[in-house]
Amino acid sequence: MKLTGAQALIKSLEMQGVDVMFGLPGGAILPVYDPIIDSSIRHVLVRHEQGAGHMAEGYAMVTGRPGVAMVTSGPGATNIVTPLANAYMDSTPLIVVSGQVATPAIGTDAFQECDITGVTMGITKHNWLIKDVDEIPRVVAAAFHVATTGRPGPVLIDLPKDISNQTMEWYWPEAVEDLDLPGYHPVTFGDPVLVGEAADLIAQAERPVLYVGGGVLKARAAEALRALADRTGIPVVTTLMARGAFPDTHPQALGMPGMHGHYTAVTAMQRADLLINLGARFDDRVTGKISTFAPEAKVIHVDIDPAELGKVRVPDVGIAGDCRQVIEELLLAMDARSDKPVVRDLAPWWRQIHEWQERFPLHYADADGGAIKPQNVVEQLRDSADEDTIVVAGVGQHQMWASQYWKFEHPYTWVNSGGAGTMGFAVPASIGAKVGRPDRTVWAIDGDGCFQMTAQELVTASAEQIPVKIAILNNAYLGMVRQWQEMFYEERYSEVYLSPDLPDYVKWAEAMGCVGIRAETPEDVGPAIEKANSIDDRPVVVDFRTDAFEKVFPMVPAGASNDDIVVHPDQLLGEVLR
Amino acid sequence: MTAAGAGAASGGASLSALPGGRSGRGAAPRHHILSVLVENKAGVLARVAGLFSRRGFNIYSLAVAPTDEDERFSRITIVVDVESAPLEQVIMQLDKLVNVVSIDELSPAEAVERELVLVTVAVGPTERSELIQLVGVFGGQVVSVGADRLTVMLAGRPEKIDDFEGLLESYTVLELQRTGRVALPKLERHH
Repeated sequence: MKLTGAQALIKSLEMQGVDVMFGLPGGAILPVYDPIIDSSIRHVLVRHEQGAGHMAEGYAMVTGRPGVAMVTSGPGATNIVTPLANAYMDSTPLIVVSGQVATPAIGTDAFQECDITGVTMGITKHNWLIKDVDEIPRVVAAAFHVATTGRPGPVLIDLPKDISNQTMEWYWPEAVEDLDLPGYHPVTFGDPVLVGEAADLIAQAERPVLYVGGGVLKARAAEALRALADRTGIPVVTTLMARGAFPDTHPQALGMPGMHGHYTAVTAMQRADLLINLGARFDDRVTGKISTFAPEAKVIHVDIDPAELGKVRVPDVGIAGDCRQVIEELLLAMDARSDKPVVRDLAPWWRQIHEWQERFPLHYADADGGAIKPQNVVEQLRDSADEDTIVVAGVGQHQMWASQYWKFEHPYTWVNSGGAGTMGFAVPASIGAKVGRPDRTVWAIDGDGCFQMTAQELVTASAEQIPVKIAILNNAYLGMVRQWQEMFYEERYSEVYLSPDLPDYVKWAEAMGCVGIRAETPEDVGPAIEKANSIDDRPVVVDFRTDAFEKVFPMVPAGASNDDIVVHPDQLLGEVLR
Repeated sequence: MTAAGAGAASGGASLSALPGGRSGRGAAPRHHILSVLVENKAGVLARVAGLFSRRGFNIYSLAVAPTDEDERFSRITIVVDVESAPLEQVIMQLDKLVNVVSIDELSPAEAVERELVLVTVAVGPTERSELIQLVGVFGGQVVSVGADRLTVMLAGRPEKIDDFEGLLESYTVLELQRTGRVALPKLERHH
């Protein structure tokens, strides 16, 4: 069967089981857009290529399948650099196909030429510039293999226009050996000897903590984690990337650690004598000042990426492997030593933890007739939502409040930009999430600053009938920056004021084909949410005018030790904390 | 002094991470040699060099050439300054590059290392024979002869080349180009 390069590319995507892709056409990718008309793949036409990338990420994060985006050369390709960087930081499987100028024009500064494989080298797991039409099926298959195995991540395929137009004899590489990847050998199973050593350390620990990261979700290991937690009775913290990997209502759940983590999660890690790191990477937002982080703890570190072991903190037992496989091996190792206790008596440790929990729960001051409290909006959204609702956040204060106050009961119900901290992520990512899980309610909890960066994708959502719900916690500020300026720059506010009503979010929403709702007082919040929840045929935007002075607590100041965590002023009561 | 003294990248890569202030130019005080087998594909050298700069690892010298065994592969010999990062971290990050097939770590004690230098020296009538003698003592060769200058070549252990360079200080060196070292494991003498 003879196919053009363009046809071969689309057929290759079909062979990979792609059901939807997000993109925007242009000159160099034009040939590939023609066979899309005849393809089974749904194409969602975005309004900006950054939207295509984040939609594909949102899709991937809720489905576990790679997200696919397609863009043209030059600015089309550079507009998707941010999603690639974001997916690289958060290990999201993302496939980007970019058009490129024809091969004879490469290197001549041709119209809309950009060396996108050069640009994205450091922010993709791998990328390919296709120079031979016969390579197309093999490269597409290799790209999916690399993006989805080992530590997942983004890949980019750059396809010159003349290659798209050439013809080739169709084939499909069925075996991994046919992918021409002699240097790619991801690990999966952990070394059994090391797993045994990990079981020994767990059996000796008096103050252990399970430090759960996004790798547990990537490995689809939530059930295995639950079994390990139930078996050992060890407290569990779930990082920003792992929210939902362990149910927040479980008695062993301590919540999120880190800069804006629960006091108990942060402090339990600081005082632990053993950290069992499952698929987390000792991110600086979790550890605070690394030299003072968890000073008494031994460390078991499980990660599918061997380079993470010892990158930040040298583990006592480092196991390169898939979290699910390793947790299952660990449970078997525990079974094998049934003559000895799996863990020590953790009751004294739990007494200490419960004391912290009672003393320093999450706290904010009630509205008391004043402005809407953003935390209260999150609580009311949560209480009116099904527990399988997917929550999507941008980056900043609203993201932290969403992570703190939502109760995540199921994996893959939380979508956010963790490592990269990409403002504007929420609107497009929520659209991608809804496309991936049309059966679920998808609530984006966004900030007014974030919303203005990518709001135009709500036009896409309206046109494509993707009924997402967006809650803007509108405090008229770049709130997190404002918070830092208040706390660390003597209230010298520099370039953080936005305005509550410029733009008019309700009118803007309506102009984009959405329903726009405004809530100005605490009494408006419940009815606004109720109205939003009653609409399921189009996107909804709710403009919650929230208290601009509200800050995110607890907080570990940047560069400070986690010992110096700052709680809400109401909780101080003149006591010196430590 | 130019960057040439710290080794050449035969793929034309510009290495921004070259450390300065070393006494012997051939030998970093704490160095390790990585012999990296890579796929012979466009952009591979950029991927390797880019990884070093973005992770903050320092390259002391680097040499690249296709391997004889298999035309699909090239071998990159990288001298790594292990003061900039633990060697394990450098190896693990390198290993993540899809085009990197295998990495052998050669500690200086377990490797044979060689390097080549080309030097053009200005010589007056009396200096000419003196220099030729010096080159002979080191086992080098005169490879090009001009009216008032000579280009000589010397291959050997990097330390030997350092010594040779030191002795050239009393002459007027017009140009000097070192290749950066290549290395293979020392062979076992006994079975």
